[in-house]
Amino acid sequence: MSEATERKHTIAVLVDNEPGVLARVIGLFSGRGYNIESLTVASVDLADNLSRINIVTSGTPMVIEQIKAQLSRLVPVHEVKDLTLEGPSVERELALVKVKGRGEKRVESLRIADIFRAQVVDSANDSFVFEVVGSSDKLNAFIELMQPLGLIDVSRTGVVAIARGAKGIRRKK
Amino acid sequence: MASNRMNGARILLKALADQGVDVLFGYPGGAVLPIYDELFKQNDIRHILVRQEGGAVHAAEGYARSTGKVGVVLVTSGPGATNSVTGLTDAYMDSIPVICLTGQVPTHLIGNDAFQEADTMGITRPCTKHNYLVKDVNALAQIVQEAFYVAKNGRPGPVVIDLPKDVLMALAPYVQPPKTQHRSYRPQVKGDKALIREAVALMASAKRPVFYCGGGVINSGPTASRRLINLVRDTGFPITLTLMGLGAYPAADEQYLGMLGMHGTYEANLAMHGCDVMICVGARFDDRITGKISEFAPNAKKIHIDIDPSSINKNVEVDIGIVGDCASVLGELQKVWTETRKKPSKKDLAPWWEQIAIWRARDCLRYHQAGDVIKPQYAIERLYEATKKRKDVYITTEVGQHQMWAAQYFRFEKPNHWMTSGGLGTMGYGLPAAMGVQVAHPDALVIDIAGEASLLMNIQEMSTIAQYRLPVKAFILNNEYMGMVRQWQELLHGGRYSESYMESLPDFVKLAEAFGAVGLRAEKASDLDGVIQEMIKIDRPVLADIMVDKTENCFPMIPSGSAHNEMLLGPEDEAARPISEEGMVLV
Repeated sequence: MSEATERKHTIAVLVDNEPGVLARVIGLFSGRGYNIESLTVASVDLADNLSRINIVTSGTPMVIEQIKAQLSRLVPVHEVKDLTLEGPSVERELALVKVKGRGEKRVESLRIADIFRAQVVDSANDSFVFEVVGSSDKLNAFIELMQPLGLIDVSRTGVVAIARGAKGIRRKK
Repeated sequence: MASNRMNGARILLKALADQGVDVLFGYPGGAVLPIYDELFKQNDIRHILVRQEGGAVHAAEGYARSTGKVGVVLVTSGPGATNSVTGLTDAYMDSIPVICLTGQVPTHLIGNDAFQEADTMGITRPCTKHNYLVKDVNALAQIVQEAFYVAKNGRPGPVVIDLPKDVLMALAPYVQPPKTQHRSYRPQVKGDKALIREAVALMASAKRPVFYCGGGVINSGPTASRRLINLVRDTGFPITLTLMGLGAYPAADEQYLGMLGMHGTYEANLAMHGCDVMICVGARFDDRITGKISEFAPNAKKIHIDIDPSSINKNVEVDIGIVGDCASVLGELQKVWTETRKKPSKKDLAPWWEQIAIWRARDCLRYHQAGDVIKPQYAIERLYEATKKRKDVYITTEVGQHQMWAAQYFRFEKPNHWMTSGGLGTMGYGLPAAMGVQVAHPDALVIDIAGEASLLMNIQEMSTIAQYRLPVKAFILNNEYMGMVRQWQELLHGGRYSESYMESLPDFVKLAEAFGAVGLRAEKASDLDGVIQEMIKIDRPVLADIMVDKTENCFPMIPSGSAHNEMLLGPEDEAARPISEEGMVLV
């Protein structure tokens, strides 16, 4: 058990959009000592008043099972899906990256942004803000490349994820 | 339309009455005054005025455990709510259905650090199954209904409803909410059929099987116990129960091995260690049960039946995990078992039972009562002997040595007659819990088997007990020590009895009299039976101060960090096996 390897999992949780629900989820992770590597939450269904939480966490298979079981037994939780285990899925993250520089460095940052298909969303004489979308790894790589070119600030959304194919997260609607 | 309008407090009481609530354990305060005003005007719901809110929650727990119904608590905002936190945590750990109604400052003052404001939602979120803040009087009746549903369905637990004062005073019509399916919370009741068949196949192949059952069987209701008894007798397998499960299977039955775990019997723990198939029903592989987890039942295939999916594979990886209600799954297991042709016969199981007989012959609960000094074990055995013919005996306990001795020496034949704080280990649980049991069963004999240290933690409830003329008995095993602390200090900390001696104990006889109860004392073994008889006979609350051996230790014992087969059977064993450093770190 203890020798089992830890692995990163992306878990999607459909919850009632009500005050305190995020606190319940976060409290569960802190209270039981689980990791949160990334967490995103937003309302996704206004008619049914539902929000979706995407959590990236890591643990041994036994811990991941526990996390899912613990999430499932929270009263306002509708669905829990392990996107890592249950078939292929798409993961995306968005980052806003501020880079300050002049001359060659400024041009170089633009060139790299182009390779990463990053958009310039703010431009000043001595700075850019890039918007870059992709997997967390891609964002990491972009940010690393910007480091020597005058990286000032990074703001990331955290991972949002969805299963591939026609099936939705809800068992029944 | 207009005539149907009433304030939130009245709606609350109506909604409670609709849920069948007939008693509240509570304590008034500013934020809940509208509720107390409405209570004054009605006769459907009785209110028991406790002396501290913590007592109210334990009383509700006792009420709930002894009836199978939901216990209801009413406290005010701020300190009323914070005082109830220990009881809520206790109910959460032991899966007891309790609803706690907390007052709250008016909605427009929430977050302003108003007088007697506390973030009750924030504070109780981790110690309840769920909690609700009612912001709109029109949602109140629906929330009450949902709270009861959540408290008693699935794995039961405590639910808080936080009630701002303005909501209690706002007017709305009372509409009984329609019974609809819950939006999201729908626990799985029926077990997976394929897994049940797999489980039966495994059971049928067993040579050294054991049933290991817990409080989940009791929570599931009397049907679960009946089905468990049938299945165990049908299979011919031995069975052991956890502290929380006592009474789920009759203690007098010869297939019963006694309680397992840290202070369980030799035969139960060794059967667990040596079994090849373990059938766990409604228990959760708690650390008090498993001992050293890496050496827990090393050769066993394990089946786990539990209504809470998060209990399965939490501490111990099992081979077959069946999510479902104990009663339902046991019924299905029985059906498939009956249909199964090839299963172990009496002869097949004979070697296993012979081994168990050898373990039993060690007579691990043996003790020596000689002379005047009362052995605590003897006191409990005499209490059991004096009460065993009655059908209406309910035992509660506090926490510590006396609790373990009660579990070892008092024998329970039926579920719902044993109330103890298992998971949280809350000293001060027993007296208020006994109070709640007595409220539910006015004519029963309700005894709190207590230690003198624990009893003092909620002694104020003697006043409540006196007020309502509840004939609760506290049977105090008084060794003038926090006995379990002293025992651990003896075994683990070189006999340095740091702060475990109870200096300046009150005179419990006089204390009883001060509360309008009866005080009795037994100082010698020859006093004991007389005191017990008198205690039972008196139709009033009694504190029976039983002066027991001050240095007696609770055995058998699996020292923390050790495995089931490393039990200490008595003082002779201690010296031979020093406790490891690793074990000392554990609780």
